[in-house]
Amino acid sequence: MSRKTLIPIGPYHPLQEEPELFKLYCDGEIVMDIKWETGYNHRGIEKLSESKSYDQVFFLVERICGICSTSHPFAFANAVEEIVGVEITDRTKYIRSIIGELERIHSHLLWVGLAGHFLGYNTLFMWAWKYREPVLDLFEMITGNRNSYAMFKVGGVRRDIENSKIPAIRKVMAVMRKKLDLLTGAVMDDPVIHARTKGVGILTRQDILDYGAVGPTARASGVDIDVRRDDPYAAYPLVNWKVITAQAGDVFAKVEVRLLEMYESASIIEQCIDALEKMKEGDIALKINEIPQGIGTGRAEAPRGEVFHFVVSDGSNSPARHKIRAPSYTNIATFKKSCIGQTIADATISLAAVDPCYCCTERMAAAYDNSSGKKILNASELIELSMKRTSELRKSGAGHE
Amino acid sequence: MGFKDYCLRKSLWVFHFGGASCNNCDIEILDCLTPRYDLERFGILLVGSIRHADVLLVNGSINRRDKDRLLELYHQAPKPLLVVAIGACGCTGGIFAEGITFAGPVDKIIPVDAYIPGCPPKPEAIIAGIVKLAGKK
Ligand code: SF4
Repeated sequence: MSRKTLIPIGPYHPLQEEPELFKLYCDGEIVMDIKWETGYNHRGIEKLSESKSYDQVFFLVERICGICSTSHPFAFANAVEEIVGVEITDRTKYIRSIIGELERIHSHLLWVGLAGHFLGYNTLFMWAWKYREPVLDLFEMITGNRNSYAMFKVGGVRRDIENSKIPAIRKVMAVMRKKLDLLTGAVMDDPVIHARTKGVGILTRQDILDYGAVGPTARASGVDIDVRRDDPYAAYPLVNWKVITAQAGDVFAKVEVRLLEMYESASIIEQCIDALEKMKEGDIALKINEIPQGIGTGRAEAPRGEVFHFVVSDGSNSPARHKIRAPSYTNIATFKKSCIGQTIADATISLAAVDPCYCCTERMAAAYDNSSGKKILNASELIELSMKRTSELRKSGAGHE
Repeated sequence: MGFKDYCLRKSLWVFHFGGASCNNCDIEILDCLTPRYDLERFGILLVGSIRHADVLLVNGSINRRDKDRLLELYHQAPKPLLVVAIGACGCTGGIFAEGITFAGPVDKIIPVDAYIPGCPPKPEAIIAGIVKLAGKK
């Protein structure tokens, strides 16, 4: 029996910008097992959400994750609108999709840059982040902030995209396509990137189905899922686009899927602004006076995969229960498949390949008594408690189907 | 002005501690290093160990799990150390201040020299804050 060495990455490691602890158990260079610890980022958002009004919750869910700060409000809006039972106006749909796709572009660019950084290809990092800036400028022009856009509300959006702003968007998209060509060329033709990513961190189709992985991680392994097409919302059924998939399942396939997705996003945005131009300005919100009792589920395709929000309303002005599942929660579990058996150097890029976002994924794993410091509840007891509460809620009739 | 303070006026080396944040402040800090903002022209460099750092950037609300680690980092750092709290979360706890795991804004845990508010603060604001801090020494 050989001895295993423990190599910790984190919780505050220069490689990651978020606090997270990975423990790699290695035999020589080879990773034999991997464990991870979360909790450094836990903020108790689901609980906080119960103390805020529906209008305020949008600002809260936006701050679950800064990178996909539209996908959470998107899913939450879908959930609440299901409870209310309204259909938003077409103009709102287009505006929502534009914001969602702009976000996908900036998030994928960010990831391509970070992936380059992990591979030691810092030029790519600098390039990708430079080309991301014009997208953030667009956000600043449309919403007033570079990140955390505060665009959504129940039944509509908070700001219009006036016709005067459309030429600027069109111009950035045209430039963006050129830059994407350049980036794609740099990545697809680079022999070093090929050597470092092809055949590394392979996830088979079966692995994806077993772990329930979503988003580009699943699509790179040939699993053709995308909430935008499978459970249509906003303007996605109104425009032409296609779901990008690849078959190989390795890191290279994930890079490829993300790069090609950005072209699709650009084309969605262009179609949306064309449609906006033909409409009357200002028709961007429905008046909704109260949220009735009920249960709503909302889904949205974030840059990393499916975001799921479940909202129980008891007729008051804040949610009675708000459950959130972010894509990284299932994607991170695939590390067990993708990293074991790799060398340490390849394990880091395999970790980064699913574009993990830990601030979305945080869960409480144990509860401690404040004064004595003793553990009072462990993970399985917490799950039991949560199930009990759900069944109580069901009995009390909060939201009948 | 002592010799150590004199040294702090140029080439600040920065260590970044991300608490329980939403990631946006972290990204904007990284953004400062990329071509458009290029912090390195001021000699400011992000380093991998607190033992090499002159400045500790803290963003995000601090939860119970982060608190002890932040204290430990502070004690490990060579002094004088400038501490900068970034974002609404770093300054006050922001939207998460009422959360069940919140353990106090940064200045309840370690002394803070500068606050950069915003949610997230723009890279320009972060740069302006740090440069001002360096100029004051
Ligand atoms: S201040 Fe705002 S942007 Fe920064 S970490 Fe807190 S919530 Fe996120």
